[in-house]
Amino acid sequence: MRVFQSLGRNTIDRTASMGRAAMMLSGAIFGRFNPIRAFPLFLKQVYVVGVLSLIIILVSGLFIGMVLALQGYTVLIDYGAEESLGPMVSLALLRELGPVVTALLFAGRAGSALTAEIGLMKATEQLTSLEMMAVDPIKRVVAPRFWAGVFSMPILALLFSSVGILGGHIVGVEWLGVDHGSFWSIMQANVDFTKDILNGVIKSVVFAFVVTWIALYRGYDAIPTSEGISQATTRTVVQSSLAVLGLDFVLTALMFGA
Amino acid sequence: MTSRKVEILVGFFVALGIAAVLFLALNVASQGVTGSGETYQLKAKFSNIGGLKVRSAVKVGGVVVGRVESIELDPVDYAPVATLAIDAKYDNFPDTSSVAILTSGLLGEQYLGLVPGFIDETVEILKDGDYIEDTKSALVLEELIGQFLFNQGSDD
Repeated sequence: MRVFQSLGRNTIDRTASMGRAAMMLSGAIFGRFNPIRAFPLFLKQVYVVGVLSLIIILVSGLFIGMVLALQGYTVLIDYGAEESLGPMVSLALLRELGPVVTALLFAGRAGSALTAEIGLMKATEQLTSLEMMAVDPIKRVVAPRFWAGVFSMPILALLFSSVGILGGHIVGVEWLGVDHGSFWSIMQANVDFTKDILNGVIKSVVFAFVVTWIALYRGYDAIPTSEGISQATTRTVVQSSLAVLGLDFVLTALMFGA
Repeated sequence: MTSRKVEILVGFFVALGIAAVLFLALNVASQGVTGSGETYQLKAKFSNIGGLKVRSAVKVGGVVVGRVESIELDPVDYAPVATLAIDAKYDNFPDTSSVAILTSGLLGEQYLGLVPGFIDETVEILKDGDYIEDTKSALVLEELIGQFLFNQGSDD
């Protein structure tokens, strides 16, 4: 009986939690708000989650592109195919690494901060006081952060890929001596705008949606103690990383599998 | 004043994003003949297309003039038929032209080499949907080795 009871309680808890997450999300997406008053809030959050994540994204993109070029070169040189370094680096970045690594870094850099911020607002009863003043905390606190995340991450992923390709160029062409012309021309012949670049952007929009949603919900639903907030932050990073990697496989199978 | 700084930095961020899109679209993705411009279709029937794929290049003297749009089997004689989308700029190929499936480099990808034929009064210009009659199929390495071994054997 104890086993069934705990199984039942777990199921009910999880379903209720998913329901609360969906309610919060629908409130953030469909809630009517005044565009003039909401826009500065949105802008502030784009600054916090997007602009402040710029450095880590650009530096990681540069190094990942450089490492890809270096490792790819050592394999491709055996077949005399080092000119294919360009398409290898750019396709790997545009299709997979750009959206995925950006989403993982974003979850660690911005997602955890969102959870901690909202969790602390809840613990210090700021959310309750907003409600007391007849301000909907979902409209005022959650919605701008959600849209800012969904808006910022695709831009960050595009920058990641661009900087990574430049990093691949630095290592491949400037350092290892792959021919400059063939590096770019073979890349251009093999990269397709809709198939590769646009699919990468679609991926990162989906990841942005999921990561920001998990981060906001974990903060909004945190147990309002210091221990609860630390637990919520950990959960944000773990769950959004797993969700990103799992979804990436599904999206890749849908986009490139057939 | 802090909100001014935030606005400037967000504007900078968005501008960087636009720059990245432009960089990727113009410098990384394929440009030129991609099927987005005006094209017309030619068809060519082969006995074997080897490794030719949809979106393989069609080249005249090394210059890309179009792409392979689709590859299907002829419903009557089950021979592969490649439909080529050729840039509308190059609409003056006579029906004496020939296509061959060629390979760039020893292990490179395969492409279609289009060779314009001669023109005189009896020769017509290929129009949208016409077949190129003179085709040379892909070289299949296994067949080549088989022929070579066969010839070696018959010499003795």
